Amino acid sequence: MASSAIAAERRAAASRGVRWGRVLPRVLAHAALAIGAVTMVIPFVWMVSTSLKTEDQVFVLPPLWIPTHPVWGNYARLFTEIPFARYIFNSAFVSISVMVGELVTSAISAFAFARLEFRGRDKIFAMYLATLMIPFHVRLIPIFLVMKFLGWLDTYYVLIIPQIFTVYGVFLMRQFFLNIPQELEDAARIDGCGNLRVLFNIILPLSGPVIATLAVFSFLNTWNDFLWPLIMTTSSNMRVIGVGLAQLQNEYFTLWTLLMAGSVLALLPTLIVFLIAQKYFVQGIAISGLKG
Amino acid sequence: MAAVSATVGAARRRRFDPSGYLFLLPSLLAFCVFIVFPVAASFYLAFTRYDILTPPRFVGVQNYVFMFTGDPIFWKVLGNTIYYSVVQVPLNVVVALALATALNMRLRGVVIYRTLYFVPVVSSIIAVAIVWRWMYDADWGILNWLISFVGIPKQNWLFDPKLAMPSVIAMNVWKNMGYNMVLFLAGLQGIPDVYYEAAKIDGARGWHLFRHITLPLLSPVMLFVLVISVINSFQVFGAIYIMTKGGPLDATNVLVYHLYFKGFQDLQMGYAAALAWVLFAFLFVITIVQTRFARSWVHYGQ
Repeated sequence: MASSAIAAERRAAASRGVRWGRVLPRVLAHAALAIGAVTMVIPFVWMVSTSLKTEDQVFVLPPLWIPTHPVWGNYARLFTEIPFARYIFNSAFVSISVMVGELVTSAISAFAFARLEFRGRDKIFAMYLATLMIPFHVRLIPIFLVMKFLGWLDTYYVLIIPQIFTVYGVFLMRQFFLNIPQELEDAARIDGCGNLRVLFNIILPLSGPVIATLAVFSFLNTWNDFLWPLIMTTSSNMRVIGVGLAQLQNEYFTLWTLLMAGSVLALLPTLIVFLIAQKYFVQGIAISGLKG
Repeated sequence: MAAVSATVGAARRRRFDPSGYLFLLPSLLAFCVFIVFPVAASFYLAFTRYDILTPPRFVGVQNYVFMFTGDPIFWKVLGNTIYYSVVQVPLNVVVALALATALNMRLRGVVIYRTLYFVPVVSSIIAVAIVWRWMYDADWGILNWLISFVGIPKQNWLFDPKLAMPSVIAMNVWKNMGYNMVLFLAGLQGIPDVYYEAAKIDGARGWHLFRHITLPLLSPVMLFVLVISVINSFQVFGAIYIMTKGGPLDATNVLVYHLYFKGFQDLQMGYAAALAWVLFAFLFVITIVQTRFARSWVHYGQ
């Protein structure tokens, strides 16, 4: 009687233990993730909040998190006093051009590497890959000098042309093309398709995911690129948004309302692209990481 | 029937297709113009003195000699770069792994968390560096306001030579850990449940599962993360340019910033090229060491 009561108690204690053992890690994980998420978000909230304040609302403690009367004037100033519209246009034009260019060059050479047989093919590909080890900074100065020699400095050419070929893009597409079944290609060739039609009618229609991945990568990388446009452009008209923002900081070192409004504008397009195409972006990172 | 299989055979055989060169031509051209030639030219330039205005003058190894013995801040810059890397990379990896492990528990809201953690990765470094500079502001920044609740006095985060580098590191951990987290998460999701179930039958729990199942099976991803993170950490630039300009007293001056300054402010192109090659040499040696050393701790295959 007594012993069975003790046994029942033990069982109850054990089941309590098991339940805590299951629940506690999850609670801790949720707590850690939530604290982390708040840390992630605060700078962005602070950025938007500051961008909607007047000058005298900025320098107060405790900080004003939600401006009572949000002012849009900071954004208006960016477009009237500073050529921010031009910066945004430049960034968009350059990023989209580089994206299209990179997709084309990557697809064409990846097709050759993955689906055509010719002497030296794998050696050339190995050579491409070997150069991934060399940081871009090694090439920076000679490319700058070549651009200067061509008279391309401070033009759209310098922002676009040297960027449209990347070994990474070729690599990413080649890996994908390799996995497209040979039978589909064979069938098309029996029907008399040449290389170009195989590429455009068979390979590319099946490559949606990798095209999306490379497109998103390319767009975001170019939009966020800083060192390259900083060095290669000098006039206000040719500034991309990152350089324009850095210049704004140089001129208005602590005019936080204006600086934050500019930062919001620099972030917004990438945020939209990321939210729409998140799946491909995350996939791309996972693929290049796990297979690379 | 025979004719069909003969054509299929022909399609399959396709030993040599010279049009392959044609498809490769554009990229090969770009490869030569934008990669091979600049690398070769950079190697040569590193042995010259060149200020753009007058033609380059061959000076042998003088740039390298000056770097190691004459440049008053080279060793400091190198030390700063290593300091940044040695602190930033482990911090980033530990936090990213912890987050990925938590996210892998199949909790509700995983997608939202993952998105939030990842947003800084796709954000412009210039924009986020400026907002962090504002948060670090000594008088009105929210960081000093937050720490005042736990009784810590105001700090001059970015203008104190001791605090400046840790402050930049904190910002970059915040910005970049989402990238490593996604890699780890993909790795974790690739570990089959049977391993955990088998280990649980043997009585393993919690930390033991993590230590003896998760970490070994994650080691290939870990190696990749470490290699990429170290390479990236040696190339930090945007955050420095915006937040500290290498200051105060060169406390945050790092290799790429020094290279930028020497090359494009002082117009010492030859010297800047030499700095780039030293950057390459460091990354090359570190990567080789990492992958060699990896054989002792990375588990490949199932």
